[in-house]
Amino acid sequence: MFDKLLKIDRRIIFIFVALALIVPMFLTITQHISVSPEVQIIYDTLKGLQPGSKVLMAFDYDPPSAPELQPMAVAILKYCFKNNLKVYIIGLWPQGPMQANMAIDNVISDPTFKDNPPIYDKDYVNLGFMSGNELVIQGMGSSFLHTFPRDYLGKPTHQLEMMKGVNNFSNIDFIVNLSAGYPGTVEWVLFAVDRFHAKLAAGNTAVQAPQVYPYVHAGQLSGLAGGLKGAAELEKLVGFYGKGTKFMLSQSFAHMIVIVFIIVGNAAYFITRKK
Amino acid sequence: MRREIPLIITAIVGFTYIIQFFVPHWPFNILEGLLTSWMLIIFAFAIWLGALNLLKVSLDKISKRSRDWPYAIITIAGFLMIAIPGFLFSGGRRFQDPGTAFDYIYQNVYSPLSSTMFAMLAFYVASASYRAFRARTKEATLLLLAAFFVMLGRVPIGDVLSSFLPEGYRMSQMADWIMNYPQTAGQRAIMIGIALGIVSTSLRLILGIERSHLGGE
Repeated sequence: MFDKLLKIDRRIIFIFVALALIVPMFLTITQHISVSPEVQIIYDTLKGLQPGSKVLMAFDYDPPSAPELQPMAVAILKYCFKNNLKVYIIGLWPQGPMQANMAIDNVISDPTFKDNPPIYDKDYVNLGFMSGNELVIQGMGSSFLHTFPRDYLGKPTHQLEMMKGVNNFSNIDFIVNLSAGYPGTVEWVLFAVDRFHAKLAAGNTAVQAPQVYPYVHAGQLSGLAGGLKGAAELEKLVGFYGKGTKFMLSQSFAHMIVIVFIIVGNAAYFITRKK
Repeated sequence: MRREIPLIITAIVGFTYIIQFFVPHWPFNILEGLLTSWMLIIFAFAIWLGALNLLKVSLDKISKRSRDWPYAIITIAGFLMIAIPGFLFSGGRRFQDPGTAFDYIYQNVYSPLSSTMFAMLAFYVASASYRAFRARTKEATLLLLAAFFVMLGRVPIGDVLSSFLPEGYRMSQMADWIMNYPQTAGQRAIMIGIALGIVSTSLRLILGIERSHLGGE
């Protein structure tokens, strides 16, 4: 029997994982989400910004990573718009500005912003995608207008109201980088933080987050939100519950299933080995 | 001269970037701005080159009926399906606006397809974990225990299961400890090793010691 368990058909595991992911979507179980110190730092930094402060958001991810990073983007955007922080959007990934648009649409559809929706060039601007990876960050350290001559709509950036007085990183109060790989958080730390002394926080996929932990300890990152849990923590702190919180239940069940399978696999392994 | 000129360009650009990092004043700041602009232009051309190369390689595969050539047809079809509506039927420069053909394809084809591909990892990871995570050795047991605490500590159910434990020893706090100390220490070692490797390779390139990228011997 245990031999059979060791050679279990992977399709059976797939069915259990599918059930663990799908069933919780129809459940309404309230979960207590504990906030990690790394996410608390992001919120504290945002909270410390005065109304009218400038927040640069770099959308460096694509749809595969959106389930983890998009809820973070939405939560931060909602906080910024509610607290009258000016948002500057850029993307080092071609898909980034499109993801930003989807996040803005999500904010606009929220009843909280029904009477006061965010307005382009008053509350936010989208400077679009620029090829060049870390060199774009380096270029922004010298001149935003030179690096992004036009916004994503094709309008010259020097004509944008929100770009008046914004020359380089010294005019930006806080940078939030949402990243799923290269170019991403590591490049922002190396160029924007180390070179131009910008204040940076990061939202990363769960896979990438461990790689940037050393930067949090060294003080180069002002906070880190990792994976769906990080998104749920951000949602809890800013008070806008969304997909991050909703999907935590599915993630809880999926992790449990994987752990149960690992325990069963090890038990079967040791029993058959004794035989 | 075919080898000397690229070596001289590499050395000039490399040294300029190193010097301007420590001396961000005239003339190095001007040179840095100029070189950065050049490189951004080269990057933009590289995207075109990449797209054209993808077409060339795929067309070659089809014409020679190489292995898996039918997939090349799908690659080209996918490329054209998003490039043609993007260039011709999406309002020119405002092709990313909501409601354009490009936006429709992005939201309804590209986004769900790429998300599906990534989401399938969940199933394969579960299956692989079942087969690979065995406490065969001391090292494997340590890895297994770390995975156990991090996986449970990263979801709310972990704290529910460990709520009987005193504050500071619950699953989320154990996971935080693993991530902040043993994991970070390991990452630092890897990062420092990689950084030293990059520095030495860069110096070899700038000084012209490493020439394999130029071809030949």
